[in-house]
Parts: sequence; structure tokens; C-alpha cells
Amino acid sequence: MAYSEKLRQSYKKDLDEIRAAGLFKEERFIRSPQAANIRVEYPAGAPEQEVINLCANNYLGLSSHPEVVKAAHEGLEARGYGMSSVRFICGTQDIHRELERKLTKFLGTEDTILFPSCMDANAGVFEAILNDQDVIIADRLVHASLVDGIRLCKALQESFKHNDMKHLERKLEEFQDKRIRLIVTDGVFSMDGDVPRLDTMCELAEKYDAMVLVDDSHASGFMGRTGRGTHEMRGVLGKVDIITTTLGKGLGGASGGCVSGRAEIVELCRQRARPYLFSNAIPPVVVAAANKVLDLISASTERRDKLEWNTTYWRKLLTEAGFDIKEGESPIVPVMLYNAKLAQDVARDLYQEGIYVVGFFFPVVPKGAARIRTQLSASHDKAHLDKAIAAFKKVGEKYGILGLKKDQIIAKYGS
Amino acid sequence: MVDDNALRETVLEYVKNEYLDDDDDRGVGPDSPLISSGIVDSFSMVSLKTFLERKYKISIPDAKATPEAFDTVNKIVKLVKEFV
Repeated sequence: MAYSEKLRQSYKKDLDEIRAAGLFKEERFIRSPQAANIRVEYPAGAPEQEVINLCANNYLGLSSHPEVVKAAHEGLEARGYGMSSVRFICGTQDIHRELERKLTKFLGTEDTILFPSCMDANAGVFEAILNDQDVIIADRLVHASLVDGIRLCKALQESFKHNDMKHLERKLEEFQDKRIRLIVTDGVFSMDGDVPRLDTMCELAEKYDAMVLVDDSHASGFMGRTGRGTHEMRGVLGKVDIITTTLGKGLGGASGGCVSGRAEIVELCRQRARPYLFSNAIPPVVVAAANKVLDLISASTERRDKLEWNTTYWRKLLTEAGFDIKEGESPIVPVMLYNAKLAQDVARDLYQEGIYVVGFFFPVVPKGAARIRTQLSASHDKAHLDKAIAAFKKVGEKYGILGLKKDQIIAKYGS
Repeated sequence: MVDDNALRETVLEYVKNEYLDDDDDRGVGPDSPLISSGIVDSFSMVSLKTFLERKYKISIPDAKATPEAFDTVNKIVKLVKEFV
């Protein structure tokens, strides 16, 4: 038997080390559709509790929207359950191409290719278009899926300080000897909720003959005046060469992702990107629902407008209550607690008060920068946020952190 | 032959400029942990490797470019000296 007792003990030791480091992740069972109010069983076996969800990526509140669910049902009836094929053999239906065309129009690009997830899009795009004569210059806080994708290709890997355009410019100057320079960034950084200076970035790209790739997973559908994304928000529609994004957050929240951008780049992904070539087509039921999502958000900005109002209101409530939050414009609002144990204790107490949030700490965020990441949704009403802030205030008072700044919280709890 | 002190100063200067923000009050010396302290993560460590390779016209094999070998300026100096 290859899986020997020695090997079993070795893996158990690895798991024990994860537990000892306080990094062991446990799933919580949601017993309802994804929504502003959800029913949760946590820990496993505990009585079900109804809580306000402040940690989903359900930005537009479309995950369980009646019209989206109806479109999924119709898609299931009309096109079946699974494709049993990759796209290029017999896995492409008319609705897959329809969705690619709708995404292209919505994002304002030249063409789009679907992937099973944005993780797959990021895993495939770099290797498809770059080789060892090229350099990738990425923001140091880009998402893990971009880091993995970058590592899979042969181009030189470089990075610049988070959102530091002067540092980026130095790197672009330094690597003028390369065939292609590709600047890589998130549109909205998932842990801090901040938006990079894409306008400056695109100017630098022009000046130093570079391309720009933006992962807009935490932005597509709601950032920018009509929700196109951070390229709309920063006034660079049509100037970002490659956008990768997901259907698993604001755009319905199920699964799937894409690479959208210059036509030749998209076509090269179709020819070479391994996650596209070697994994199944997105199921028709998901594609049909995503087509409906694109119809809804193309017809009206109502949902992104409500999300924007909720974001402004929630940031105001937290600030007035005396919490230390990361400033920004996105619906990701981190409440800074700095100390890892404090972040976990506050999250646990909030859950008891009926608010579902999660504490984040090293290595997900830098050491001494533990936080609770709150995320708004268009499905939240004012009443949800008023109830949530009452719970935050109660727990904040318990720990004596209201009105305290970074240094004071660290002095009290350590970093 | 590369002078030890000059090499140490060059690496230290690069680390400060490359990884610390202007308002960062963490002092970095030749024996300060870089990777294990979180100042340099495994992704941005590659910039340091590229810098050393271009500056000293050397090639550091990936097997040698470990987080342990890059954890302090003095360790980096020792590593570079193997290849210059």
C-alpha cells in the first residue's frame, strides 16, 4: 500500500501545524439561498441561526434574483445540464458565444473568451501570450490567482510597490530591453478595497510601450458610472488591453470567468490557454443565467446605484461609530483591528449578534494588519445596515476600540 | 572579485528602496529577517533575484534561490559570492 502509516502521520502533522498556527479553515453550512439574510449552521451541528451576511461577493444581489433563477431553469430545460466536453470539441453552444459577445459589449473590449473560473483565466492568459523574452511587472498585492498564472509562464517576473506609479515607472524604464512589457494589477484589491491609478498606469504604458492587464473580479458590474468596471471609473475605457474577470461575484455569483480584450490575445487564448483547452465548458444552466445577468445590468444601473448608496452609508456609519476603516470607494470596507486574535474574537461576537463577518489575518493580509472585511450588496436595505451597525457598536464597546486609532489599538492589543 | 562590504551595502540599499515605503519605520540591517518578517514575500522576492542577476551578471539557480537563502542581507551576500 502506497499510502503508508508513515505518510498518514506526516500529513496529520502538517494539519496539526496548521491548527497550531491558528490558520485552520472551517466551512460554515449555509442552509438558505445566498442573500442579505442567510440561515447558517455553525459550528457543524449547532442550531441554525439567521444572520445578516456582510461577507459575500454578492455585490449586485443577483445570486438569488428571481429573474436569474428563472433564466437558469429555462437554460436547464432548453440546453441540458452538462456539456461533457471541452469547448473546442463539442462543448460550445450558441449561448456560450452569446455570453462572450455580451461581455465584450458590456466591458467595451474587442473580444472575450470564457473560462471555467477567473482563477483559470489568470492561470491561462500569461502563458498563452508571453515567452522568455518578455517581462511581467505586477503590483505586489495582486490576487493569488494572478501570482500563480504569472509563475506558470516563462516571462521574467517583476513587481512594483502597491499602487506606486513612480516605482512602476522605474521598472518600465529598466526593462526596455524586453520584447513585451505587461503591467498587471487588480481593479479592486480584495483585502483593502482600494482602486489603483489605472489612468496613470495607462499613460505609463503608452510612454514605455507596455500592455496593461486588470483583474476586475471585484469590480465588474458595479464600479464606474454604468458598472463597466474600474476602467470606466478611471476614464480608460478601451485603453486596458486585457481584462480578466469572474461571473462568480457581482455577475450572478455562480461560477465562470473570462479574458476580455484585444482580439488577437483572446484568439491566442482560444488556441493555447491550457485551462480553456483541458477543462469542461461552463454548464448551460450557468451560461443561461449569466446571459440574463448581463441583460439586467445593461438595461439599468439601479442595482449598482443602490450598492453605491449602501457603500457610502455603511462607511459613514462605521466612521461615526469610531471604527478605524480603510478609506476607499469600493463596497469592500475593511474594519482594521491589527491584532489577529482580536479580529477573530470580534468576528465571533458579531456572529452571536446576528452578523456574519470573517476576521482576516497573516498570511492573508500582512502581519499586524488583521481586520474584518465587510462587503456590501445591493440586496442590503438600510434596515440591514442599521441593525449591523448596532451590533458592531455593541461589540466595539465590549473591546474598548471605538474611537481608537491604529497606534492605540496596537498599544492595547498588540499587533 | 566583489568586495564584501560594497556588496552588502548595495543589497541593503536595494532592499530599503525596493521593499520599504517612505513612511516605513522598520529598520533593516544586514541580519534583519526579510522573508520571515513579511517585509519581502515569495512573489516580490523574484525582483531581488532579478536585480542580483542583472547587476552582477550571474545566474542563481532556482533551487538555490530559496526563502531561507534570501532571508537576510548577509545570507544574500553569501549566496551571491558563490556565483560571482
